[in-house]
Amino acid sequence: MDSSTSSNIGLKQGQTEGHNILPLKFDNVSYEVNGMRLIKEMSLTLSSVTSTIILGPNGAGKSLLLRLCHGLITPSDGTLTWQGPANANAGYYQAMVFQRPVMLRRSVTANLHFGLRSRGISRAKRDQITDEMLQITGLARLAKSPARSLSIGEQQRLALARAWSLKPEVLFLDEPTANLDPAATHSLEEIINTIKSTGTKIVMSTHDLGQAKRLADDVLFLYRGRLLENALADKFFDEPQNDLAQAFLKGELLWWHRQKLKPPSELKHRGIK
Amino acid sequence: MSDFNEAFAAAFALILSFESSLAEIVSLSLQISLIAVLLASLIGLPLGAALAVFRFPGRTTLVVILNALMGLPPVVVGLIVYLILSRSGPLGTLGLLFTPTAMIIAQAILITPIIAALTRQSTETLWNEYAEQFSSLGTPPRETVIALLWDNRFSLVTTILAGFGRASAEVGAVMIVGGNIDHVTRVMTTTIALETSKGNLALALGLGVILLCLALGVNAAAFLINEAAIKRHG
Repeated sequence: MDSSTSSNIGLKQGQTEGHNILPLKFDNVSYEVNGMRLIKEMSLTLSSVTSTIILGPNGAGKSLLLRLCHGLITPSDGTLTWQGPANANAGYYQAMVFQRPVMLRRSVTANLHFGLRSRGISRAKRDQITDEMLQITGLARLAKSPARSLSIGEQQRLALARAWSLKPEVLFLDEPTANLDPAATHSLEEIINTIKSTGTKIVMSTHDLGQAKRLADDVLFLYRGRLLENALADKFFDEPQNDLAQAFLKGELLWWHRQKLKPPSELKHRGIK
Repeated sequence: MSDFNEAFAAAFALILSFESSLAEIVSLSLQISLIAVLLASLIGLPLGAALAVFRFPGRTTLVVILNALMGLPPVVVGLIVYLILSRSGPLGTLGLLFTPTAMIIAQAILITPIIAALTRQSTETLWNEYAEQFSSLGTPPRETVIALLWDNRFSLVTTILAGFGRASAEVGAVMIVGGNIDHVTRVMTTTIALETSKGNLALALGLGVILLCLALGVNAAAFLINEAAIKRHG
């Protein structure tokens, strides 16, 4: 599964023509459900063709942030804008893989076909792309199997193949390896690296530090709906600025913070207003 | 008791001989119910799936009405269809009253809400699972409805069979709009009613047994199809 494979078969995303939709700008974005603020005044810009890893403990708002980016939910406050030339049709240039793979009740091939048909790809082209995807993701031998009979690792590979087959400029991955064993995780990370090498921007959430170190070019560290740190991966892992990020990187469990009320000055220091 | 046993014996003899008059009644019943189910499915399946997927003002009211219509009294439907198709009614010029077509219309009206409401219910469960993925893929509305119907096909077979069961067992509406005319609109249920009133229990019982077997067969088919689907597709 080397990166040259994909470029040989024409999967390279059209980066030579420049970005279609990137950068994505968050301006003071909040997201609220039933009066509870789950994403709080977030401002950031996603621009480069790199892997952005959204890191943080459970409940930090990682999945919500991805859904906001992908347009599955809309901000309660603030604005979120794709600033590339094709921003009016931003959905066409994105794809997403969910933590729990959503498999249609049909064969592996038909699952791949469905994604492509949804985007209006012609039948002949669908067949070609589907064959390529099955080969690259190692699912060719399972092509005719019902997708739901696959192992969870295979299902997630299929979900990744379905998303990648759309040749997105930005691919959102919501903890795709959360339920996988090391072998399946390795296999999926290989595919993610291959996708990355074709010029697709990866935006992925995880709470797995090892995985973040393996895949990240830059890191967004979230805690309880706030963006506490936005840094290049090397800088974040070597010299995290925020003390909650430091604690997280040390492997400390951040649940203790919820148990104690901190004085306002200390909360501010932690980036929590 | 001996009368009862004799009636049963005569009924089974009639079924075994399957004479032409019996065959005609069974055949007409099946034709009418199958066509009614086909028409009701053509309307009810997409309507149910669309109600499961799309959100619009008045949707909840529509769902409540649809659920309520599942309990439509057959005689009321028969009466309304009768009024519409009778000579002085809006469609009286078509001359459909007391024809199998009128019976098909009445049965289709009765079972369309059943098929639509049950489709909405089972499709909504599937839609909850698929919604984000379809939204992410940018699946157009028409494709969404078709895909949901296809992926939900095994549950929908049960839904359609439930509609067929209701149609084939229905007597009130078809009696009013069909008139139970011999060799023209006489079906199993209306024959059972007529023959019972005449005291011809053998034919009534024979048809009753056939109707029961049909119901049993339909339910067995629904069960087996679902089992096979779960085994194959998960």
